[in-house]
Amino acid sequence: MIKSDSVLDAKGLACPMPIVKTKKAINGLESGDVLEIQATDKGSTADLKAWAKSTGHQYLGTVEEGTVLKHYLRKSSEEETREKKHPNVMKNEELQQKIDANQDIVVLDVREAAEYAFSHIPNAKSVPLGDLDEYLNEFDKEAEIYVVCRTGNRSDLAAQQLTAAGFKQVINIVPGMSEWTGPTGKSVY
Amino acid sequence: MSVKEMTAKEVAKKVINKEELFILDVRNESDFNDWKIEGQNIAILNTPYFDLLDGVEEIMDSIPTNTDVLVVCAKEGSSIFVAEMLSDAGLSASYLKGGMKAWSEYLEPVKIGDLTNGGEIYQFVRLGKGCLSYMIVSDGEAAVIDSTRNPAIYVEFASTIGAKITHVFDTHLHADHISGGRKIAEITNATYWLPPKDAEEVTFEYSPLEGGNVVTIGHTEIDILALYSPGHTIGSTSFVIDGKYLLSGDILFIDSIGRPDLAGLAEDWVGDLRETLYNRYRELSTDLIVLPAHFMIIEELNDDGSVAKQLGTLFAENHGLNIADEAEFRQMVTGNLPPQPNSYQEIRETNMGKITPDDDKQREMEIGPNRCAVR
Repeated sequence: MIKSDSVLDAKGLACPMPIVKTKKAINGLESGDVLEIQATDKGSTADLKAWAKSTGHQYLGTVEEGTVLKHYLRKSSEEETREKKHPNVMKNEELQQKIDANQDIVVLDVREAAEYAFSHIPNAKSVPLGDLDEYLNEFDKEAEIYVVCRTGNRSDLAAQQLTAAGFKQVINIVPGMSEWTGPTGKSVY
Repeated sequence: MSVKEMTAKEVAKKVINKEELFILDVRNESDFNDWKIEGQNIAILNTPYFDLLDGVEEIMDSIPTNTDVLVVCAKEGSSIFVAEMLSDAGLSASYLKGGMKAWSEYLEPVKIGDLTNGGEIYQFVRLGKGCLSYMIVSDGEAAVIDSTRNPAIYVEFASTIGAKITHVFDTHLHADHISGGRKIAEITNATYWLPPKDAEEVTFEYSPLEGGNVVTIGHTEIDILALYSPGHTIGSTSFVIDGKYLLSGDILFIDSIGRPDLAGLAEDWVGDLRETLYNRYRELSTDLIVLPAHFMIIEELNDDGSVAKQLGTLFAENHGLNIADEAEFRQMVTGNLPPQPNSYQEIRETNMGKITPDDDKQREMEIGPNRCAVR
């Protein structure tokens, strides 16, 4: 089960309606929200991908359940072009080296649960930015904590929040999952 | 202004008659790049429908006002949607009925010629996919060769001209389209022939088509001489019909030759392909009219829409028949292969009877160009 903020039923609708409806639905969502689109038109997968690319929204993936295709889209947000403020950053490649050297390091993935589900660093823990407060007591304030998102912006915000909450060694990973070339895991198939 | 429908048949006429047509293809870019409607006087613009949801203003300047305008999509829904917007903006446009699915399946029957002692040979041109199939008719009997997926087209055509289908052939196990051969044979109680070397894994009964087989259609004895010609597949067979026509299957095309790799054995079969093209075909009369199972580019069509040329002309003009050096030939047919046809493994398994996808799935598997040739 993939977590989404809103579900659109486009089952039984033929092209162009699944995308016409998706466009309307996404207009009503907040930036960063995940929309689940249920469709039965097989052409909808390629079209949604291409539409997301041309509009800047993020296509996360598609899960097939019988004859129903469940597509996941994340509404793009302006936050992602903001200047980064957390001083302690590390590149993707260096994090990969740390992981190779030590399996037990703490990696927090602060993207939405649906983004995490389709592709994430093995052993990374899913802690969506919006829910970060609820997880503060689960981690050691003295430990090194690596924070990753798609492009390094949400993880920058998370790193600032964690530091403000008393965590001593918080490292923001840049650029993040958008350019991650190391191994990944999936929690949907 | 109103939105009119245009059928695949009407589009086919425009392609064959080289009429002018402006196509606005509103499928996504990757589908468009994979495959589109082509014609010598067809201009085409690709703008996905989902980039036009807010209106067509941005593309209005790119659409001519003095040519027929046709909006095309995968099935037809989006093309109606866009054609209506064009119409609201003051531009009269048609949409393609049934979309690219209908275009992919449309067959244009073209009469190739008369046979000795009466009888005719017809070519069915599948413009959307480049597949060519044949019907040979004599004295109320008919044979179908390399049929496409939908048996009804052939069964109805035969009934229109008052013939009964008695024999159905596939020159080889196809990898680019699903054969309707077995179904036609079932419907008409005809004999279904397949080359046994291509049919080792098939799950149904068939009559083994072997070099030297002679099958007679009608009382006027139109002989079909099977000629073993491996290369595209190990069992590939050509036919000489009425001593006049050479049905070359996927071995020899007008402007290209067959590719030997679609069953994963390019290195093994390239030698067979060369043997067939450079020795076996050389023994045939150069007056034979070559009728292949495919065309690759629209320029291969004759003015009447047929795809046919004298063997002697091909010996002179087809690049693939004019590579003296064997190593260079090998390099050309194995080193420079185009992408494989979409879903070709599943298509092969369907043609062997190993899998039976539903109609929609079969249609989807066939979408796209045939890619059976190397140039």
